[in-house]
Amino acid sequence: MKYYDKLIFELSKPGRTGYSLPQTCSKCKGTEAIPAGLLRSKAPELPEVSEVDVVRHYTNLSQMNFGVDTGFYPLGSCTMKYNPKINEEVAAMPAFNAIHPLQKDVPGVDAVYEGMDKALAAITGMKHFTFKPCAGAHGELTGLMIIREYHMSRGDTKRTRIIVPDSAHGTNPASAAVCGLDVVVVKSNANGLVDVEDLKPLLDDTIAGIMMTNPNTLGLFEKDIREIAQLVHAAGGLLYYDGANMNPLIGTVRPGDMGFDVMHLNLHKSFSTPHGGGGPGSGPVGVCEKLVPFLGVNVSGFNGNFGVILRAYAYILMLGSENVKLCGKLATLGANYIKESLKDCYKLPIPTVCKHEFVFDGLINDGAREGKEGAATLDVAKRLLDFGFHAPTIYFPLLFHQAIMIEPTETESKETLDEFIDVMRKIADEAAQDPDILHGAPHNTPISRPDETTAARNPILKYWDA
Amino acid sequence: MAGFQYFPQTDQDIRAMLDRIGVNSLDDLYADVPQACLYNGEYDLPDAMTEQQVRDFFEGLAAKNPKLKVFAGAGAYDHYTPAVIPYITQRSEFITAYTPYQCEISQGTLRYIFEYQSMICTLTGMDVSNASMYDGPTAAAESMRMMVAQAKKKNTVLVSNTLLPQVRGVIATYAKYAGIIIKEVAQENGQTSKASLEALIAQGDVAGAIVPSINRFGIIENLEGMADALHADKALLTVYCDPSALAVVKTPAEWGADVAVGDGQPLGIPLCYGGPYVGFMACKQDYMRKLPGRIVGETRDKEGRRAFVLTLQAREQHIRREKATSNICSNESLMALWVTVYLSLMGPQGMKQVNDLCYQRAHYLYDKLLETGQFEPVFKDAVFLKEFVLKSKIPAAQVQKKLADAGFFGALETEDGYVSFCVTEKRSYEEIDALVESIKK
Amino acid sequence: MSKVIEGLKYSDTHEWVKVEGETAIIGVTDFAQKEMGEITYVDCPDVDDEVEKGSEFGALESVKAASDLFSPVSGTVTEVNEEVVDDPKLVNDDAFANWIIKVQMSDASELDDLMDASAYKAFIKE
Repeated sequence: MKYYDKLIFELSKPGRTGYSLPQTCSKCKGTEAIPAGLLRSKAPELPEVSEVDVVRHYTNLSQMNFGVDTGFYPLGSCTMKYNPKINEEVAAMPAFNAIHPLQKDVPGVDAVYEGMDKALAAITGMKHFTFKPCAGAHGELTGLMIIREYHMSRGDTKRTRIIVPDSAHGTNPASAAVCGLDVVVVKSNANGLVDVEDLKPLLDDTIAGIMMTNPNTLGLFEKDIREIAQLVHAAGGLLYYDGANMNPLIGTVRPGDMGFDVMHLNLHKSFSTPHGGGGPGSGPVGVCEKLVPFLGVNVSGFNGNFGVILRAYAYILMLGSENVKLCGKLATLGANYIKESLKDCYKLPIPTVCKHEFVFDGLINDGAREGKEGAATLDVAKRLLDFGFHAPTIYFPLLFHQAIMIEPTETESKETLDEFIDVMRKIADEAAQDPDILHGAPHNTPISRPDETTAARNPILKYWDA
Repeated sequence: MAGFQYFPQTDQDIRAMLDRIGVNSLDDLYADVPQACLYNGEYDLPDAMTEQQVRDFFEGLAAKNPKLKVFAGAGAYDHYTPAVIPYITQRSEFITAYTPYQCEISQGTLRYIFEYQSMICTLTGMDVSNASMYDGPTAAAESMRMMVAQAKKKNTVLVSNTLLPQVRGVIATYAKYAGIIIKEVAQENGQTSKASLEALIAQGDVAGAIVPSINRFGIIENLEGMADALHADKALLTVYCDPSALAVVKTPAEWGADVAVGDGQPLGIPLCYGGPYVGFMACKQDYMRKLPGRIVGETRDKEGRRAFVLTLQAREQHIRREKATSNICSNESLMALWVTVYLSLMGPQGMKQVNDLCYQRAHYLYDKLLETGQFEPVFKDAVFLKEFVLKSKIPAAQVQKKLADAGFFGALETEDGYVSFCVTEKRSYEEIDALVESIKK
Repeated sequence: MSKVIEGLKYSDTHEWVKVEGETAIIGVTDFAQKEMGEITYVDCPDVDDEVEKGSEFGALESVKAASDLFSPVSGTVTEVNEEVVDDPKLVNDDAFANWIIKVQMSDASELDDLMDASAYKAFIKE
């Protein structure tokens, strides 16, 4: 990757244009007819650049980026699987792109939503879905709203608290707070699973339900889930399934069968739609029979991210009933393979079989010695960048202080996994020899170890701040 | 195992990996899953399609929808999309990248977000923008939460009747569960009533108000005095705006607003039946740390090179959890890139020209529709840009049918019983004339 | 070794209190600033806000973390140290010299529940 340091504003020259528009009517009034009191006093400071400038600039920017198409991206809980290009073709079809969201007579669009509803119901064991949520966290919020609506419809207004495991992704308690629910934390036991004995005393008539992901953020299957479901239901609560970790369950387990009442899926995770640098995603929410009347909760402006839904539908149709059964299993295979191959140089706190992801707790030998700090997880991550890999998720879950969460997904070949394993071993060796090699990493990237402290203390958040 | 193009593992590979793990079969990897949880049945999914079958299937569906020229707005606008944009957003390093947590290999993403933030700030006049929200309505809902959080003890937010219905709807949804009281500011002659606003402020407990810059009737509102009235009561003002129109109309900052929100869809994003779009949210410097969403900042790396990073992360869910400013994680990053490229191509001149073209064509249609004798004006002195409402002498549904039969989508019926039209730079004078002819029939 | 100053009171959430008449001057300890790493922001309440013993009144932020601040006493905030708001590094430089808020105490007997310097030294047990 080559360091390219321009910003589009710096390419600007007065009088340059990059647009193609018809001429205005010379006889008619334009916006100058608008009373001055309603007009802005100065034109916006947008860049004046030619089309060539724009294309070169953004092409060069893209070359400082790493995507799934560039290389291995083992981010735990992100499910960075390959983004099929047929999906892009479908999403770009002009006939779909030209449809206004308020058009009613659109049987070809309705068929997409109906087809997806049916397919997701089949995969998850839920009854019906709403496609309005635009991301996973948005789906969580929607699902929690449905839970609250359900209780309120029964006149049960005391249930304003929700149970969340201490290993949960930050969006869980954050979504609960946005939904007006107080968070009650249930602890994990020594095996990394929800501690059922810690859960029992928490269940009373103020509990709206529990949010869980299964497998959990350690990649471990919550095998007590049916007992947990019974306990929560008996106490009058509902179960919410965070679909961020759905990938290993595709073709193997259905959240509906585990006792979950409501769930979300991340189409930009298990359903292969591209991550886009941070979105757009889509977080459809599915419910069991009794919650279907509450699916109409209005959380976004129009019909959800139709372009993303199209991509996911194309993917499901390519997978079909034949291949869906292997999806989760192959993801789980890859994760366990890496785990077994590296557990002699990285600390493995929970040695049992994992699902699609697992957590290392830092290096076994971090090279710490007299006068020199050992290599931390951050240093391992940065050194991986030098070898052309994206780092795994680091410092999450919070249960392990040097957490490295690795999720290969099912679209990676054995060769790629072997390469990754070799590099991780090499890095472990480097650390043991001289942790400073890692402390100074990355060496081969456009920038290295930016000063994030100053960025936060003296924020420069737009071009004219600098 | 039969081959599937997205599963690169051969039978040998699988065997070798199972051996290393020390199990016999893939099913053994699920031995810790209780039998009652395992699903051994068939999945009610179609048989796997080939790529060509997928193409044919979706082309078939796409063809089932009528192809209409759009003369409606109501929150989604059919503006021209420059040819360059998809070539950039489809670059795999942009589209297949993750959130830029590993900044050293994400400078591309981080820099375009910084440019996006800058452009939103210059359009709105605000000091700080975030890296995007899901859409305009959810951005408005988040501004409601932000104003209440800032006000600490006050729990009421005033919402103008003249905001789009879907904006009011999403605000109401978020407010309901957060226990925030929403009071509607009345409409007066097609605009937010200042008298109503002041009366509601006087009732007390007001943390802020959300008011449109251009409202659901297409009218450019005069927000004079509203910011002052709110600030006098230590309340804040959020203005909901169309970023395309902001290139010419008075900015939220010029109206004295504290927060500006809206949807970036009018900046060249295709209609696409409602999404993906991109919400934006920007505010004055004072409220920077209360702003939800991701924010990118500039800094230097250890070699002194200019570098961009996600910053002020302590506000966000992955650190603050239930105390975060919002639960938002993934936003609409690629669509932020889309509008950044759009604004780069358009520049200040192009944006002015878009608005002039819309103004001219919309007013041309307005006059022509009145000439037919089938419509009456609603708000006679109202100033509009590209969208307007009329009273129709025949039911809206009938007008819509005439339009549809001629290949047009428009005359949406508002909640007040008016019909609404929008004309963008994409609609030629020939099309406008044809639409008018179709109504005369 | 973290600095611990005699004559101050300490909470088990690492805030220190200096008493001046009816006013409690509150900051965080050297131990706390070390744990936090480089502080990027000190989130403070406003003057005239009420605080309650044991409840959260603000937070210390670093690049990757946020740590709540808990009030050792109940009362009303009379002053906020704008210097640490503008320059959070001051707390890292000298946590004891840079107070965060001043509180007019509503119940001075709450001070009796706090630790003295030697008890705090034992508490942080380095």
